[in-house]
Amino acid sequence: MNEQTSGQKNEGGAPLVSDQDVGKQVTLGVDEPLRLDCGVELANFSVAYQSYGELNADKTNSILVCHALSGDQFVSGINPVTGKEGWWDLVIGPGKLIDTNRFFVICPNILGGCMGTTGPKEINPATGNPWGLDFPVITVSDMVRAQALLLDHLGINQLFCALGGSMGGMQVLEWAAAYPERVFAAVPIATAPHHSAQNIAFHETGRQAIMADPDWHGGDYLNQGSRPHRGLAIARMIAHITYLSEPALQNKFGRRLQDRDAITFGFDADFQVESYLRHQGSTFVDRFDANSYLYITRAMDYFDLAERHGEGVLAEAFRGVDTRFCVISFTSDWLYQTAESRAIVKALNAVAANVSFAEIESDKGHDAFLLEEPEFWKVLSGFLEGAAERYGLAGQ
Amino acid sequence: MMTEQQKQAIRVDLQLIAEMVEPGSRLLDVGCGDGALLDYLNHDKQVDGRGIELSAEGVNACVSAGLSVIQGDADQDLDDYPDQAFDYVVLGQTLQATREPDNVLANLVRIGKYAIVSFPNFGYWRVRMGLLLDGRMPRTSTLSYEWYDTPNIHFCTILDFVDLCTSLGINITRGLSLNRDGKTKDITPGFGSGMRSVNLLGEQAVFLLRKT
Repeated sequence: MNEQTSGQKNEGGAPLVSDQDVGKQVTLGVDEPLRLDCGVELANFSVAYQSYGELNADKTNSILVCHALSGDQFVSGINPVTGKEGWWDLVIGPGKLIDTNRFFVICPNILGGCMGTTGPKEINPATGNPWGLDFPVITVSDMVRAQALLLDHLGINQLFCALGGSMGGMQVLEWAAAYPERVFAAVPIATAPHHSAQNIAFHETGRQAIMADPDWHGGDYLNQGSRPHRGLAIARMIAHITYLSEPALQNKFGRRLQDRDAITFGFDADFQVESYLRHQGSTFVDRFDANSYLYITRAMDYFDLAERHGEGVLAEAFRGVDTRFCVISFTSDWLYQTAESRAIVKALNAVAANVSFAEIESDKGHDAFLLEEPEFWKVLSGFLEGAAERYGLAGQ
Repeated sequence: MMTEQQKQAIRVDLQLIAEMVEPGSRLLDVGCGDGALLDYLNHDKQVDGRGIELSAEGVNACVSAGLSVIQGDADQDLDDYPDQAFDYVVLGQTLQATREPDNVLANLVRIGKYAIVSFPNFGYWRVRMGLLLDGRMPRTSTLSYEWYDTPNIHFCTILDFVDLCTSLGINITRGLSLNRDGKTKDITPGFGSGMRSVNLLGEQAVFLLRKT
């Protein structure tokens, strides 16, 4: 295995985030390639990850944090790429809810991602150029199998806990179904056991926006020296709407105008909400690869836990699983609604699994799991504390 | 962990339920409220306990205390569980608030090897006197709601309950009644006191049940 501590060079195309510090990086699939669901074998692929805290002598205090679609490995502290706080810095860090003085927290960038783990913008060893659309289509199961190899590399046999929201929650569910013996506790947050038609529809709209951008060049933009910024920005704008609730948008923006006293009878960003979305879109393109966006959204669309592990019956995916679950949803999340979480709980009950389930009252929509939600934090903290007690991890 | 004082403070009917539970067993508490019984059983009898609770406040309090509790209700969610998944399924002071008590009861003895059910006795003499003398829907210390805002929609007496068990083919393994001072009476059929007098004097009852 080949470990690097700094970022690698992206030799084939325009500068991207991989020119910057992506944290820890390891090459996996060296002795044996990873066989992907699509049939392709992926050898010598990189996984970039961050870890926080120290692994204890028994290697029993590790928590795997799975990131969402647009997330990355920088979950805590300052993200060196954006210069901002990590995406879950509110929750994870020394002395925080997930206390890195106590737990060893690992957050890998997902397979297909664009922050140092092998994905479509990295170099295809066969051609010496960025993979582009030659990159194999990956699934959530593939992402999790790559993470399992990372744990093998780190010498961690069993996780104390796997947790994550949104697509991170899908990875958590996949972990529990595929490697139940390696996960003592699982916390899938604001997620679903499969992608609904509406979920797929929104993703397809985003993908079409990217592919309709002439700068996309059939996915070959890195070799052409261009970037489909407009398409990716539109995809992000669409997706961003689905992360917020109607009341959250209304409270934040209403019909307020942007830096003007009256409408302009034109197509400039008259309204604050338009300006906000444009800003969300334009900052996203600086840190995210458009092809990665295609691959990851596809992986989410293909996600169907029942189909994969239960021959169509969700409960069967959890049969014989001893993992302790804590399923959490938010009242105003219309992307992955409480009904989806309830379906998970129903399936877990059908096999008498150990499950806690709380629906948190919040008007912040899907993004609530990333924001300050004291009731959510109380539930999460209580669950982890109770699980740690049963796992024999002494309190602080 | 609960302090000694907190342990002593659990409701008397919950204490009676706890006494019926074998240490180290698997238990589901339906309508577990703030989790007082589960917490007590987890720590005092090393029970592998789970709970279902209707109110979000109750659920959040339970999960925050490290208990395995889901948001759900007795009428809708018990159907999901497999047969004989638990050693005990507890329904404490909740039967009268369910929409279909007969279905709920049948589910309890299906899911659990034993069911433990406690409920307020509407045959209690103060309740009868309340209606007879005052001419208004009875309110007691344990049933303090007004008729229009009560969640308790299916009251029964001890005799009614015994009749329902008989018609559902449910065996009463043990029975206890509880009077106002917290004194108990054994009302196990065939061994205990006469049901008719207990039906008048008992304010609450606790039954250990199983499928015949």
